[in-house]
Amino acid sequence: MILTYIEIRDRRVKKASLEALSEAARIAAELRTEAVAVVVGAGAGEHAAELFPYGAARVWVLENEALTRYSTQDHAQALADLSRKLNPAAVFFSGTALGRDLAPRLAAKLGAGLASDCTEIAVRDGRLEFTRPVYAGKALLTFELTSSPRVASLRPNVFSLARVEAGASGEIVAESFAASADRTKAEVVEIVGERGEEIDVAEADVVISGGRGMKGPENFELLRELARLIPKSAVGASRSAVDSGWIGHQHQVGQTGKTVSPNLYMAIGISGAIQHIAGMSSSKFIVAVNKDPDAPVFKVANFGVVGDLFEVIPALRDEIKKLRSE
Amino acid sequence: MNILVFVKRVPDTESKIKIGPDGRSIVEDGLNFVISPYDEYAMEEALRIRDAGGGKVTAVTVGGDASLVILRKCLAMGADEAVLVKDPLPETYDGLRIAKIIARLVTARFPDAELLLFGKQSVGADNSQVPSMTAELLGIAQANVVVKLEVGGGGATALREIEGGQEKISLTLPAVVSAQKGLNEPRYETLKGIMLAKKKPIPTLSIEELGIRAEEIAPTVAVVRVEPPPARAAGRIVTGTPQDTAGQLAAFLHGEAKII
Repeated sequence: MILTYIEIRDRRVKKASLEALSEAARIAAELRTEAVAVVVGAGAGEHAAELFPYGAARVWVLENEALTRYSTQDHAQALADLSRKLNPAAVFFSGTALGRDLAPRLAAKLGAGLASDCTEIAVRDGRLEFTRPVYAGKALLTFELTSSPRVASLRPNVFSLARVEAGASGEIVAESFAASADRTKAEVVEIVGERGEEIDVAEADVVISGGRGMKGPENFELLRELARLIPKSAVGASRSAVDSGWIGHQHQVGQTGKTVSPNLYMAIGISGAIQHIAGMSSSKFIVAVNKDPDAPVFKVANFGVVGDLFEVIPALRDEIKKLRSE
Repeated sequence: MNILVFVKRVPDTESKIKIGPDGRSIVEDGLNFVISPYDEYAMEEALRIRDAGGGKVTAVTVGGDASLVILRKCLAMGADEAVLVKDPLPETYDGLRIAKIIARLVTARFPDAELLLFGKQSVGADNSQVPSMTAELLGIAQANVVVKLEVGGGGATALREIEGGQEKISLTLPAVVSAQKGLNEPRYETLKGIMLAKKKPIPTLSIEELGIRAEEIAPTVAVVRVEPPPARAAGRIVTGTPQDTAGQLAAFLHGEAKII
């Protein structure tokens, strides 16, 4: 059995969780076992049925008021209780902010090894092999975990969603959870600075990043304008743009920022320092716009434009609008 | 307040990584090693908290003798003390193993530590495991990827980055906090600090001295291979007027990448 933790935010199941569940179902089929899912928190049960089309044979629902607000300790305790009961071969998380906070806590509770931020999971001779980027993607590490269960977090946007099987159904199991008395030593008291519908660079389908060539913070508006034309896109930045104070560090892509694997990565006015390339080279398509024909970023680009971004980007915006209207 | 800061020696971010002849490790010869950048934010935060409210800052690393260099850097930045826990193994990419060593060190030698600061991940293994695992093994609170920290009155408030926003977390102490870029601007070492750091003895502890048996920290990670990422095929590079090149780019986004 492979158990997948399903993350719900703003009353929606996260796409990254569905990707993790889809992969769990694929692996489970290879291992001739079943994929099951767990949802946690008050009201979580209403999402259970959404999970069957992605391959969940059963969904455990841990509906408890104590679990409604995210607390790493309570959630880890609830998952550890369930895991000890079900004894899965592996527990999967999506490698979101929550997944990367919770998975190691659960792994330590279970004395289990953890494969963080995997980009590939394979079955070899009946055993799981995890592959993940190390050194921000300058190398790939493939390994087995010798513990049982194995815990893994799966990088968002990398694993494909299972084809939705319309009308798929399964069993929903309500499970109780007794919070321990000394719980809640850390509690989320508020979510602040929420940037509305803006997508995080780590989760976006398309990342449009600006670098030193943007020349100033005001020019990032050019990229935001482009992003508004492309669904599920986010604006990213190189380290030098962030360190110059042109844009917040949460937008930074690269070795001291986020490592991203979107469908399309656009490097605009970014020369392509090794730290930056490492953080985005696993993108499916890479586009670069740069004045300097010798910029290293062109070595990894599927499509490169040598030219002035302040001319090319507005022209591209107009071309996209034209395509849209056709 | 007694603060522990956990740091790690890693290849600097400009390093080109070469795969070792065994196909299961990287070549360390010729690499420039530094303190992991996120650990510097942790170190700076510890110094600021101490300077504001008093206490002691101890920098800790688990590694080989080569890691003494980064402990000296922490001392030069202003740490009061530093400790090296000698790890007999090279990089195992196994967070649980390191967390077990750290948890034992804290229990045995620093039971009164109130704040355990880490970088949010080491650049290299990029695991983001050790802070949370250490918190779990010690049964204390955690806040990861923190961009703002306020300590006082037996507790702390941390702002932690999540997708599209921040979580404000209320923590009881002792607690584990892992630092994200943006938490502060790390200071440079002063010449005086560097001179003082050179003279300061750095105690070394072995795994055995912490009462850890080798089998307790046997790695859960069994490396199959380390390989370079797949090379990207050469792409198409175009030059010309902005209208012309933008048109070709739009055609690429539409026809090949299928984005628009």
